[in-house]
Amino acid sequence: MASESDLSCSGLVRRFGDNAAVDHVSLNVPAGTFFSILGPSGCGKTTLLRLLAGFDRPDEGEIRIRGQRMNEVPPNRRPVNMVFQHLALFPTMSVGDNIAYGLKRRGVPAAERQKRVARVLEQVGLPGTENRNPQQLSGGQRQRVALARCLVLEPTLLLLDEPLGALDLKLREQMKVELKHLQKAFGTTFVYITHDQSEAMVMSDQVAVMKNGRFDQVAPPEELYREPATPFVAGFVGDNNRLAGELISVREGLAEVRLDDGGLVRGRMASQAPAVGERAELFVRPESLVLAGEALKPDFSTVQASVDTTLFDGANSRVEVTSSGQTLFARLPQDGSAPGLSEGATLQLGWDPMLARVFPAGGA
Amino acid sequence: MRSSAGRLSLWLLLTPFLLWIVLLVLLPHLQMLRVSFQVRESWDTLDWGLQQYQNFFSESYYWRTFVRTGVMSLFTTFLTLVIAFPIAWYIAKLARGRSKGLLFLACLIPFWASELVRTYGWMILLRESGVFSTWLQALGWADGPVEMLYNDVAVIIGLVYNGLLFMVVPLVTTLEGMDENLVEAGYDLGGGHFTVLREIVVPWAMPGIVSGCIVVFMLTLGSYLTPILMGGKDSAWFTQQIFTQFITRFNWEQGAALGVLLLVLSSFIVWIGLRVTGQSLRKVMG
Amino acid sequence: MIRSVPRSRLFDALYLTYLVAFFVYLALPLLVTAVFAFNDAPFPSLPWKGFTLDWYFADGSGGRTGLFHDDTLLSALWVSAQIAFWVTLCSVALGCANAVLFERLEFRGKELLYLLMLLPLVIPGVILGVSILVFYSGMANDLSRSWGIELDVFRPGMTLVVMGQVTFITTLATLVIASRLRKFDRQLEEAALNLGATPVVAWFTVTLPWLMPSILGAAAMAFLMSFENFNTTVMLTGSDTPLTVALFNRLREGSTPVLNAVALFLMVASALLALLVTRGDTRKS
Repeated sequence: MASESDLSCSGLVRRFGDNAAVDHVSLNVPAGTFFSILGPSGCGKTTLLRLLAGFDRPDEGEIRIRGQRMNEVPPNRRPVNMVFQHLALFPTMSVGDNIAYGLKRRGVPAAERQKRVARVLEQVGLPGTENRNPQQLSGGQRQRVALARCLVLEPTLLLLDEPLGALDLKLREQMKVELKHLQKAFGTTFVYITHDQSEAMVMSDQVAVMKNGRFDQVAPPEELYREPATPFVAGFVGDNNRLAGELISVREGLAEVRLDDGGLVRGRMASQAPAVGERAELFVRPESLVLAGEALKPDFSTVQASVDTTLFDGANSRVEVTSSGQTLFARLPQDGSAPGLSEGATLQLGWDPMLARVFPAGGA
Repeated sequence: MRSSAGRLSLWLLLTPFLLWIVLLVLLPHLQMLRVSFQVRESWDTLDWGLQQYQNFFSESYYWRTFVRTGVMSLFTTFLTLVIAFPIAWYIAKLARGRSKGLLFLACLIPFWASELVRTYGWMILLRESGVFSTWLQALGWADGPVEMLYNDVAVIIGLVYNGLLFMVVPLVTTLEGMDENLVEAGYDLGGGHFTVLREIVVPWAMPGIVSGCIVVFMLTLGSYLTPILMGGKDSAWFTQQIFTQFITRFNWEQGAALGVLLLVLSSFIVWIGLRVTGQSLRKVMG
Repeated sequence: MIRSVPRSRLFDALYLTYLVAFFVYLALPLLVTAVFAFNDAPFPSLPWKGFTLDWYFADGSGGRTGLFHDDTLLSALWVSAQIAFWVTLCSVALGCANAVLFERLEFRGKELLYLLMLLPLVIPGVILGVSILVFYSGMANDLSRSWGIELDVFRPGMTLVVMGQVTFITTLATLVIASRLRKFDRQLEEAALNLGATPVVAWFTVTLPWLMPSILGAAAMAFLMSFENFNTTVMLTGSDTPLTVALFNRLREGSTPVLNAVALFLMVASALLALLVTRGDTRKS
């Protein structure tokens, strides 16, 4: 196993004063995968990346790349390259010189350099731009130059520090797909950090959700979405509704929660489970909520709710309702099946208990 | 290992800085201060005392010139600010494209010539046999040659001219950084020209104004050529007296005392200026 | 007041008049100085007597000595050039080191040292000259009197002039270079390390090229300021007189069109230097 992973870290700790920005993080990234680290700003993901690149040293723990210990290796000798948040293309050099920079440091002869620069530019879809100035390129093109500058060195590991953050929405959507394709084409292991869950979900093979310096869960995107391990993951990845109450019984993995207005609802027990009698939170996704009038199955849980407002957003249209003092969102199907909802109208919302999840309260 | 490399580079960079600041600024000024408290009894005996400073206060010629230099420098600084502000405003906010760059460059033109050349130019214009005088006679507005040189107005014209560049540049820089929406918002909320200028523009430009004023004031106070070449018999400048003590009379002790006094005056006025406007030297100059 | 705020036509007209008057005021002294460099009269004043190049090229045979045959002025020009060269070299080198020191390193007392660095800006030039004269020349005097050691470098002369000018020009060079360094993105250096460069190589391949325009700008400024300086220089100069002092002495004897010729020559040279630097600047960016 260990020989197959390009990057493995164990027990990494980096403290700033009393605060541990990276707190006992261990991870294993198999060769050729797209690995994302997802977390809100300030969760320590940038610090972790800087530890991997060698711009900072861990206080504890070990970093191994292809089995080689990296802790004492300076950044310029690590088989790791990085696409910086603001790309960090050298403004005093042409595109070609930017890409050739690393090759030059390795002493690759000029003719060979030129050939490899041309080839990598072709691979990223920018053939013949060697003599352009990076400032003359569009945002997306600069992005690709930054990638090419790293990929031409054929690194074991490519680190990406939220490189799509500076792009506008449309371009970002486009680059997400493109990055994924480039990663597949080059077969390089990517470690990508972002606070944008959509970026992480679309591109990654594995996503680590990071919070307060620790990994909450490491899983493929779909598992993260369907089987969140902690209330933080349930709340952070994708939209989720949250209903607070008290856990009154557990039967065959299904928990029953009494809401504050007395209603009883059910959901699957999470691996991190509350005890009977404790406060609990039930998470159910907007698309799992079924509006009354549609076929409500008999074993569904239901709550009474009053409509606050409807939010039209194409395929993502929702209705905002209040139930026992808590705000919920439900998806409004746009196939004409949704009932007309006026403000103040009451309705019944139901869900399949297998699609809801119960966590201890106060997790996040 | 990291910290030892850091320490090495710190000392490598700190050494030239310290050599410069200690050998060229601190030690010479301390020595000047020391010499100013010396009294020469005979050619090789020195005593300590306040004799040089007593001379300054008892000799009215000294302290009159001193006050005159300070007041005229302040006035020149103020005048330069008033003249330069509309120009800076035009360059920063009204001119566009090419004309903006050209106007700015035009303001830098006097810098291409030294103070001596600039003063010389004014002498050619203003003196009795000068260009203005000839024109006035040719136009029939004057019967004979008119002497416009060798008076305080001429000195101020020359001093303002020398200072303008150093006022325009910081003003343009700060005004360019001002969002025009601020001014628009000022008018939108019911302000008139004057209130907008006073409440919005001037506070915003304050660092530039103070920086320009400090530089112009220092240049004016310390100038030597313009007052000596354009001033009249009784428009002496304090720097002239320092020069006289050192070069002509070879009385270093008295010269050093006068130098210390000038330094105290300039530091004091700069300090007051920073205090009143609430700026710091670091913010304004750095 | 700004473009989007309506102004009256009268205000516009007054503003424009003011602008024109201002630039006439700015240009006039330099213009007359330049024009009289070519007037065929022994005294720089009207009336215009015709065009001549005598004030540059006359060899003294016709009672006129042009700039290029005037040995005093030419040697003064040479002295000034030498001084300016050394001042530029020293102050730009010091400025680079200071800029890195204040922009990139953290150390105790930095704030205080930064204020010390700014100090020469608020000391009148005359005082800078006087204090250096008192300290170094005084030291040379004392040494000679007490021990008979002659330290001629510290007597008024070229060395002292260079020292005096370096004192304040270094501050200006530091400010110019530091303001450029402040805009440098530290990530660029990290990117260079990440691509396999050692810290020293990263400095020379990424940071220094970025600073180059400001270094050239600081050098041009230092050269001009040194060449034009009078107040500090006059206190420290010895027997080898630099140009500004020589011109001043000449001016006190009475003005001749040769002074105009020198002035124009200096203006053109400064303008060319300024142009060269701004050209290089725009091409770089």
